[in-house]
Amino acid sequence: MSLLDYFRSTKKNTASTAKERLQIIVAHERKRRSGPDYLPQLERDILEVIRKYVDIPADQVAVSLEQRGDELSVLELNITFPDEKR
Amino acid sequence: MAKIIVVTSGKGGVGKTTSSAAIGTGLALAGKKTVIVDFDIGLRNLDLIMGCERRVVYDFVNVINGEANLKQTLIKDKRVDNLFILPASQTRDKDALTKEGVERVLNELSAEFDFIICDSPAGIESGAMMALYFADEAVVVTNPEVSSVRDSDRILGMLSSKSRRAEQGLEGIKEHLLLTRYNPERVLKGEMLSVEDVKEILAIELVGVIPESQAVLNASNSGQPVILDEESDAGQAYLDTVKRLLGEAVPFRFLTVEKKGFIKRLFGG
Repeated sequence: MSLLDYFRSTKKNTASTAKERLQIIVAHERKRRSGPDYLPQLERDILEVIRKYVDIPADQVAVSLEQRGDELSVLELNITFPDEKR
Repeated sequence: MAKIIVVTSGKGGVGKTTSSAAIGTGLALAGKKTVIVDFDIGLRNLDLIMGCERRVVYDFVNVINGEANLKQTLIKDKRVDNLFILPASQTRDKDALTKEGVERVLNELSAEFDFIICDSPAGIESGAMMALYFADEAVVVTNPEVSSVRDSDRILGMLSSKSRRAEQGLEGIKEHLLLTRYNPERVLKGEMLSVEDVKEILAIELVGVIPESQAVLNASNSGQPVILDEESDAGQAYLDTVKRLLGEAVPFRFLTVEKKGFIKRLFGG
C-alpha cells in the first residue's frame, strides 16, 4: 500500500452505518407494532396468493397500513417481481 | 405509596442488575426507603451484586406462595440505611410468578417503601413482562450497540402496550434512557454510537450515561454496588443518574475523551 493510498483511504465509519441500519429497522418494527394484529397474517396470505402464479421470495412483499387522519387508512402493497422469470 | 421503577432492557448482559443495585442503593443514600426486587426467577444474581448471597433464607416465590412473610424474607443492607433486597427464587418453574401474587407483594411493599426497584430478567417472556407490568417509571438500560438499541425499542413498545398503565388507560409509564458501557474514545473514532445517536433513535429522555469502567467489574467482584465507589467514574455517573431520577437537573459528565496529562501518558492510567 502506497503512502497515497493511506491518505486516500476513506474508511467507512461503522458507527454511522450502525445508526442508519438501526433507524431503518426500528422504523419498520414500530410500524408493524402500531398496525393491527392481523397484518402479518394478511401479509402471509397475500404472499401465498401471489406465489400461486409467480415464484417470489418472502421478503419481496411489503404490506403496510397507514393511518391518514381519522377516517382514512391506506393499505399499501409493495411487491417486487423477479426480473425475467415469469 | 411507593413509586415502582422497572429496570429493563430486552437484551441480556447490558447492565440491568448492576444498574438496579446502583440506583436502589443511590435512592437509599438519598434517604428514600428503597427495596430492590429481583424478578429473574431461576437466575438469581442481584444477591451476588449486592453482596448478600449468603444471607438469603426465603425468596420472592416463597412470599407469593405464603411460605414466608416479607419481614422474614427481605434482606436489610448492612452498609446503607433504608435499603432492602427481595431475592429471586432459584426454582426452575417459569410460572412461579403470577400477576395476582406479584401484585399482592408489591402492594404490601408499597405501603412501607418510597421506591420499589424491579430488576427485570432479559428477554420478553413472562418474567420480564411481570417486572414491567406494575411500573410507574422505567429505566431502559441500553449499550451503544445495534442489538441492544433494537431490543430497547422493542421493550419500549411493550411498556406502552403491555403494562397495567396501558391496559387501564392511565398516564403512560415514564421512560428513561440509561446508556451504559459508554466509551467516548471509541465514539470519537466513529466506532461506537454516540449518546445523540441513541437518543435520536429511541426518542426518550436521557437519565444517565455510565462510562465503560473497570470499577464496575471490581464492584461486582466484591459484592459492592458500584455507586458506593464514589471515587470511580461509573460510581459518580450513577450518583448523577439517581439525582436526575429524583428530579434534579444535573449536567452530564464523562461524555468526552479525557485529555491525558503528561504524567498519565508516561505511566498509563
